[in-house]
Amino acid sequence: MAERALDSDQPLLAADGLSKSYGRLTACRDVSFALYPGEVLAIVGESGSGKTTLLQLLSAQLAPSAGSVSYRMRDGVMRDLAALGEAERRFLFRTDWGYVHQDPALGLRMAVSAGANVGERLMAVGWNNYGRIRDSASSWLERVEIDIGRIDDPPRTYSGGMRQRLQIARNLVTEPRLVFMDEPTGGLDVSVQARLLDLIRSLVSELGLSAIVVTHDLAVARLLSHRVMVMKGGRVIETGLTDQVLDDPREPYTQLLVSSILPA
Amino acid sequence: MTAMIDISDAEKTFIMHLQGGVELPVVRGVSFQVRAGECVVLSGPSGAGKSSILKMIFGNYRCDGGRIGICHEGVQIDLAKAEPRQILSVRRATIGYVSQFLRAVPRVAAIDVVAEPLIANGAAREHAREQAGSLLRALNIPQRLWALSPSTFSGGEQQRVNIARGFISDLPILLLDEPTASLDAANRAVVVDLINAKKRAGVAMVAIVHDDEIRHLIADRIVDVTSFAAAA
Repeated sequence: MAERALDSDQPLLAADGLSKSYGRLTACRDVSFALYPGEVLAIVGESGSGKTTLLQLLSAQLAPSAGSVSYRMRDGVMRDLAALGEAERRFLFRTDWGYVHQDPALGLRMAVSAGANVGERLMAVGWNNYGRIRDSASSWLERVEIDIGRIDDPPRTYSGGMRQRLQIARNLVTEPRLVFMDEPTGGLDVSVQARLLDLIRSLVSELGLSAIVVTHDLAVARLLSHRVMVMKGGRVIETGLTDQVLDDPREPYTQLLVSSILPA
Repeated sequence: MTAMIDISDAEKTFIMHLQGGVELPVVRGVSFQVRAGECVVLSGPSGAGKSSILKMIFGNYRCDGGRIGICHEGVQIDLAKAEPRQILSVRRATIGYVSQFLRAVPRVAAIDVVAEPLIANGAAREHAREQAGSLLRALNIPQRLWALSPSTFSGGEQQRVNIARGFISDLPILLLDEPTASLDAANRAVVVDLINAKKRAGVAMVAIVHDDEIRHLIADRIVDVTSFAAAA
């Protein structure tokens, strides 16, 4: 797993008392934690437990009903996401953060070429030399194991696993410090999942990325994450080192989740 | 010389919520020390809690009481109360663990599985792979298998890959859970040599070994786990 930069003393992102309600329905209540550089945090729980809402709150796509999220900008200053200016928000979304959707169609432009999908993020941060953009796009396609011969094809001609790898390349090309992933292997065949997980795992470790991964699959959490938060009914009910929570679960619900895994 | 591991009064109980909240006391009053260059073997029948103690020292099982003192980068820290980040740091720099079974990662070549702990600690890939190769060779894993994922290996081969991975780092504490369980005599002898080399290098070890012969060869001291039995 990613082991670099774990000793950094300052959190990269901190959530404080985060809650989100829709009328009388509370999707997420009173979540607080800190994420450190180089750390991969998994948020696990069944459908409807509030994990995706939490991910959207953390990535400033949803405004919290209460509480706040702060993020350490590249100048080292911790800033409340709700108080950021438009330019700073854009910087986060286009450069410093990645967001990998479960459905690659949401994170890619399906009708433009794979190369353009990757190059677009670079152009958004001011790259304008066509040759350099194309070189960078090719080298990223190679890294995510996509045949360079397919660089001019649009992702709608790609298989599910290739689309997901392309989405990852598009996200990582700007060298983000933090990547959010929402069920990154959901909806893929098991064999494709293993390959993707292995790829994510090695990229995260090579690049020293921090990541927050939402998954209902405990095997994904075990393979990718250092720490895990278990959610149920919008609350975090158990948290700790991933292998500790999975091998020695304390809460009744976590014990149920762990014992529900079918042996392969 | 101060102890590398200093456990006092540690205890562990499992509460099985899915079985009506049954409490399963595992161990209680666990107290012993391990010094640098010493190999302590835990003895006792199956189910006495030997593996649980090893897992508590690694921070894999939570500790319900007492203290698990670990000398980490020159400072004593209590692993029973450590934050996840501290435990990760301890595992990176101080404690290695060789489990009975390899948790194979799909697609990763055996040689990279072995080299990974060194690379994670900042070693150059080439150097790490060289070291990994020499350990695999010593453990009689034929070179033609090095580039393959160990998920297809036999039980004994997987265990040897796991041993190589556990022994490759220069960590001051090593926990061994039946490292020789599914090995033949020749490979058992290799593991004994590896353990003795670690002793000479000043590594503090805690081991579980059922084989009497191996136990005599590696144990400096035996701690009887039945004395920590938590009466059910």
